[in-house]
Amino acid sequence: MSKTKHFIDQIGLPRLIIGLFFIILIIASVPLGLPMDAVFSDILRRWLMYSILVLAMVPGIQCGISLNFGVSLGIVCGLLGATTAVELSSQNEGVGPWAALGIALVIGVVLAAVLGVLYGLLLNRVKGSEMTVSTYVGFSIIALSNIIWLTLPFKSGELIWPLQGIGLRNVINLEGSFGGLLSDPTVTSTQPFPLNYLAFDIGGLTIPIGLILVFALCSFFVWIFFQSKAGVAMSAAGENELFTKAAGISVDRMRILGTAVSTILGAVGIIIYAQTFGFLQLYNAPLMMSFQAVASILIGGASTMRAKISHVAIGALLFQGIMSTALPVVNKLMPNSMLPEVVRIIVSNGIILYALSKTRGGHQHEK
Amino acid sequence: MEQPLILSMENISKEYFGNRVLNQVSLQVRPGEIHALMGENGAGKSTLMNILFGMPVIHSTGGFDGTIKIAGEEVKISNPNEAMHLGIGMVHQEFMLIPDFTVTENIKVGRETGQPTLLSESLGKSLEIMDWESMSADARRALDLIGMNIDDYARIAGMPIGYKQFVEIAREIDKKGIRLLVFDEPTAVLTESEAANLLDIMRRIANRGIAIIFITHRLDEVMQVSDQVTILRDGELVAIKEIKDTSVVEIAELMIGRKVDKLVDQCEDTRTLSDDAIALELKDYEVDMPGEAVRGIDIKIREGEIIGFGGLAGQGKIGIGNGIMGLYESRGEVKVFGQTLDLEKLGEALRHDIAFVSEDRRGAGLLLGESIERNVIFSALQIHNRFTSRIGFIRVLNRSESKAHTQEMIELLDIRCTGSQQKTGSLSGGNQQKVCLARALTMNPRILIVAEPTRGIDIGAKKLVLEHLLRLNREQNITIVIISSELVELRSLCDRIAIITEGKINTILKPDDSDADFGLAMSGLKKEMVTK
Amino acid sequence: MKNNGWVKKFRSFVFENKVMLLFVVLTTASIIISGLPLTVIAGSVFERFGRNGFLVLALLVPVLAGLGLNFGLVIGAMAGQIGLFFAILAGINGIPGMLVSTLIATPLAMLFGWMVGRLFNRMKGAEMIAGLILGFFADGFYQLFFLFVLGGVIPITHEGLMLPGGIGVKNMIDLKGYRMPLNDGSGGETVKGFIEGAFDKLPIGDLITAITIAVIVYLLVRGVMVMMKKSTFGLRDLALGIAAAVSFSLLQIPAIKQLLKINNLNFLTTLTIVLIVIAVWQMARLVYAFILHKREGTEKTDVEAKSPSDVLSQSPDQKFLQKSDSRRSLLILLLCAVIYGLTYIPPIRTIMRFIRIPVFTYMLIAGVCYFTRWLLRTRIGQNMRTVGHSQVIANASGINVDRTRVIAMMISTVLACWGQLIFLQSLGTVATYTQHVQVAQFSIAALLVGGATVQKATTKNAIIGIFLFHSLFVVAPEAGKQLFNDSQIGEHFRVFISYGVIALALAMHAWKAKIKPNLGISAVTGKNDKDNSKIAESS
Repeated sequence: MSKTKHFIDQIGLPRLIIGLFFIILIIASVPLGLPMDAVFSDILRRWLMYSILVLAMVPGIQCGISLNFGVSLGIVCGLLGATTAVELSSQNEGVGPWAALGIALVIGVVLAAVLGVLYGLLLNRVKGSEMTVSTYVGFSIIALSNIIWLTLPFKSGELIWPLQGIGLRNVINLEGSFGGLLSDPTVTSTQPFPLNYLAFDIGGLTIPIGLILVFALCSFFVWIFFQSKAGVAMSAAGENELFTKAAGISVDRMRILGTAVSTILGAVGIIIYAQTFGFLQLYNAPLMMSFQAVASILIGGASTMRAKISHVAIGALLFQGIMSTALPVVNKLMPNSMLPEVVRIIVSNGIILYALSKTRGGHQHEK
Repeated sequence: MEQPLILSMENISKEYFGNRVLNQVSLQVRPGEIHALMGENGAGKSTLMNILFGMPVIHSTGGFDGTIKIAGEEVKISNPNEAMHLGIGMVHQEFMLIPDFTVTENIKVGRETGQPTLLSESLGKSLEIMDWESMSADARRALDLIGMNIDDYARIAGMPIGYKQFVEIAREIDKKGIRLLVFDEPTAVLTESEAANLLDIMRRIANRGIAIIFITHRLDEVMQVSDQVTILRDGELVAIKEIKDTSVVEIAELMIGRKVDKLVDQCEDTRTLSDDAIALELKDYEVDMPGEAVRGIDIKIREGEIIGFGGLAGQGKIGIGNGIMGLYESRGEVKVFGQTLDLEKLGEALRHDIAFVSEDRRGAGLLLGESIERNVIFSALQIHNRFTSRIGFIRVLNRSESKAHTQEMIELLDIRCTGSQQKTGSLSGGNQQKVCLARALTMNPRILIVAEPTRGIDIGAKKLVLEHLLRLNREQNITIVIISSELVELRSLCDRIAIITEGKINTILKPDDSDADFGLAMSGLKKEMVTK
Repeated sequence: MKNNGWVKKFRSFVFENKVMLLFVVLTTASIIISGLPLTVIAGSVFERFGRNGFLVLALLVPVLAGLGLNFGLVIGAMAGQIGLFFAILAGINGIPGMLVSTLIATPLAMLFGWMVGRLFNRMKGAEMIAGLILGFFADGFYQLFFLFVLGGVIPITHEGLMLPGGIGVKNMIDLKGYRMPLNDGSGGETVKGFIEGAFDKLPIGDLITAITIAVIVYLLVRGVMVMMKKSTFGLRDLALGIAAAVSFSLLQIPAIKQLLKINNLNFLTTLTIVLIVIAVWQMARLVYAFILHKREGTEKTDVEAKSPSDVLSQSPDQKFLQKSDSRRSLLILLLCAVIYGLTYIPPIRTIMRFIRIPVFTYMLIAGVCYFTRWLLRTRIGQNMRTVGHSQVIANASGINVDRTRVIAMMISTVLACWGQLIFLQSLGTVATYTQHVQVAQFSIAALLVGGATVQKATTKNAIIGIFLFHSLFVVAPEAGKQLFNDSQIGEHFRVFISYGVIALALAMHAWKAKIKPNLGISAVTGKNDKDNSKIAESS
């Protein structure tokens, strides 16, 4: 009896429920006659596609700004990089898909680094209320970006609305630039060796080696960062301000560093997401994306105070796994149903609420 | 003839988790008297008052033994509200006032007078309309009683502290049937003239037949206004004295008491202390630590010396160590082996070979969620780049080196744990303290500042920690600054003991000076002032 | 007094009202740029005021009780929409339809408010973020209910409302009602569930009848109380009785009856009526004070006659009020005269004639303003203020902090529910799945624009805020078109503004709290924490 209770405590009740739900969905899809290779390909693809955005939560939580709802800032930076890359590659013959991806990443990362530092400065001034402020900063940034998309002086026909001559489209196809380079076998097969092995099919199951490599690389980078002197200090700053100060470290600077790294990962994350998805979604599409990332890492077992890379992998798998299996399963049972979307809303916000009530009930963290 | 007692607490005992904090203590208060309650920190004064007010902290930890009688009748007080109904009030040290409210609103908070209306008749008292006119009349009456002529519709915000205190008192006086008022360190935050005024008012209240329990450490004030004094020490009742039959010196002596046992065994002393070799010098040093402010300290600490800073809580001794380490803003001059510290710069003291063991072990002292290893190496890693190896252009933790060092420390200090990876949060208090010490030693310091080294740890661990400190000093010639509330421990270790009162050094005493000297110094009195 | 006193005062005024002033500038600039005629702008701003006023005012009580901006407003709105759905499903028209909606929605809103309050008590200090997430979370269940439960679990057949499959509600609910066959077998059709404008278009005559009846009922209850010796009749009861009798008899005159069939007034008429009422009231007070003065030789006035100042955290500076009471009445009279004079300036007169005021809706808004002020004068209101300032002190003073907070949330949620009903009857359609989503967002933004903060919000803030915010809302697209040749920019800009102003307010609140922590709370809790940790250590 107490053993099962201990087991549940160890895993966490919400994670257990969600995990069981995921397993039930997978089992249910067999008798429903769903193509299992396609289901698993989809799970794999979505898992890796979102994982870097989820990874962006780790430095934020560790450095003490808690759940970074403002990762939208990084997302907008990444989108700016990506749109610029599309513009350049469609206007210049010389810019190939790989160059476009590179340009997108460089612009995105540089912008995110600069804005991330400024954002960190802001968050240092609102200690104790970071989550509320960052949520609305995130919303504001998306609304501001809407104005930017309408006014960017891009010329490429792939980007702008055909008739008006100005204003970016809602959805931009990345086929002509860097879409699918790391994940889509139909794209990678046209690439020279060894790039053609970045994604391939094995009996219907798509293995996106490129995505796996990128996620591994980013995870390794974050891991090594937390092994470094600065990373150790940053973790301490998030856990105990006074302790960190007593060791002669500026807590504020560590928080800025963590915020900037989180924002940069957000930018990289959205670019990788878009290249896997094959489209750039602008305007209000990324409005609630930060909530998905936050919910994912919480499902993975992180708290509002501590997070690990394993939480990222587990959380993204569970959350995106449910999303990608629920859709075909429900469609089979109730065609054209909105149920998966409703489940997403309830699960993602429910888990955030649960995590908040666990950690904030009594100000422990603000002390 | 015998006067009936307004309050009689008899044979009160209280344990917190098996730790006895009150043992068979009694307190008897006569109507209309001012009864001083004195004792060092931890003597049990607050626990006794918590019992009197039926605070939840008492009942959630298993209640207490003994009886309480109010005006001769035995009562059970299970929450502060019941205490209020019995006519017991408290004037808090931190004001329970809302700055944006008026004087009347603050006096009447929670006890507003209402006028019934149609809705309140049917839906309950919550919907009564407030009758501000009768309330301000009540407030006026209470204010007049203590002779205070501020407007009852003025706001609290921006009032001088003394006024706020009076509003607090007025609120208690205004309560129906008040017969006993507790003043908890009321003069601690007041200026001299305000304090004098307050004592007057206390007298005036007492003359109206309301008894007062006066908790303070200021001996002179006790002598001035009290009728009787009850002295506690380490949870025991030491003495009950009529003020007219006692003296400042006697009370001081009773408060400190003589404790014969030395806490540590002496070891060989080969040091030579010289006034020319100064390890740490403070000049006009001030620290803005809330609740423990330091207001100008000058002292020279010799190399190889063990110096103690003692004094009551809130007087500023804690601020000294925290200020030097840069945890709170500080001003003045700090010289370490002749070099002046840049007080603006974080980590400056660490770079000058000062290590610090914080009094706030679970706060500034430890990362409770991290392993022993992480805690031990943290400062040395950050300040001296130890335990790192280079990978390309970044420095990365060298796990094997740090593990080996932690293992060494675990053995050296005898830290009881399951291994270097155990989280410090799950260690016992004594072992946590050893981890803090291990981190400080990993810095290879020349000066070690230790604050409250034995707080909350058991006797065995206490002795071990103190003996280790002594060995460090004797064998490695590390200059040690001990900041502690426990006089015994200072007197067993230190060469000199500076008593801090009100943020300043009151007196520097030798360990074998008399109890009365220590008692007087801690009460903020200077010897010269008393002997006249 | 120092010479630079005024400069200082002006500076602090600008500093304290910087958000509001910024918006005055922004809105004015947008109005000028947009080039829209003022008559059009004023017309739609007043229309929007009628729609949104109630919702914004629903935010005030939680601020008072220290719960901050109630992002959980969304949940009240959901309750309102559920009630409305069932009223339309039952095919009830007009005012009865609204009443049935309210009857269904109010208990739901109370339940939701209670649950939200309970949750917030578990998450003290994080109410705002919790409210926000809770809004999204509840939205999931709302969708579940409307998409699957209605029709799926609860069998419902209604072609107009339900999706073709019979499970789930359509995206749009039309408040103009749905054609239904008559039950008498004649094969004819009738419209059922026509609720649009039930309040907005309520004839004034009906309104006065209803008020008269309410007054009579009130007087009867008073009469019972007097008989039970719990109260005595006063001058006010007499005046009310006479007014009721007069209006009742006036309504019997056919000409007046005909005249009062209209359902809205233009702003000029409304203003004139309001000014006259105020003037008469103030004159009555002057006379009353004069008589009392003569009789008692003092300036003391009746407690009832005192008008509470409109600041929510108003303090009972009663003595001060008494002394300046008469002077204040005179000043108000003068002001009335000036305002009336202003209406004779031709452009103002034209604009005022263009503005239509739906009488009943505006009266409800006035009612909720009065309610918040009245609440402040009650014991529960005073408790809320205490809790809002310091939970520690409230607790020590024997106030049930948690209960007070739950009541505040219940009031706010119920008001939000009613507010949403008022909004919807004015709008005429319900976007089933999205209508409630932005409710909290826009209401909070409007309140903040009016100069409110997380800790302090007044009816004045709400009213000013609604006008400023919605003026900007009306003109932004056109201004965007004029400036950038793209009206979408204006639309995105106003969304950005609404998010931005909230972000700014929250940041400023956190910033201020960090610089100047609330003394009462932090000092005391700090001590308690220390004590607790000491105990924990000794274990």
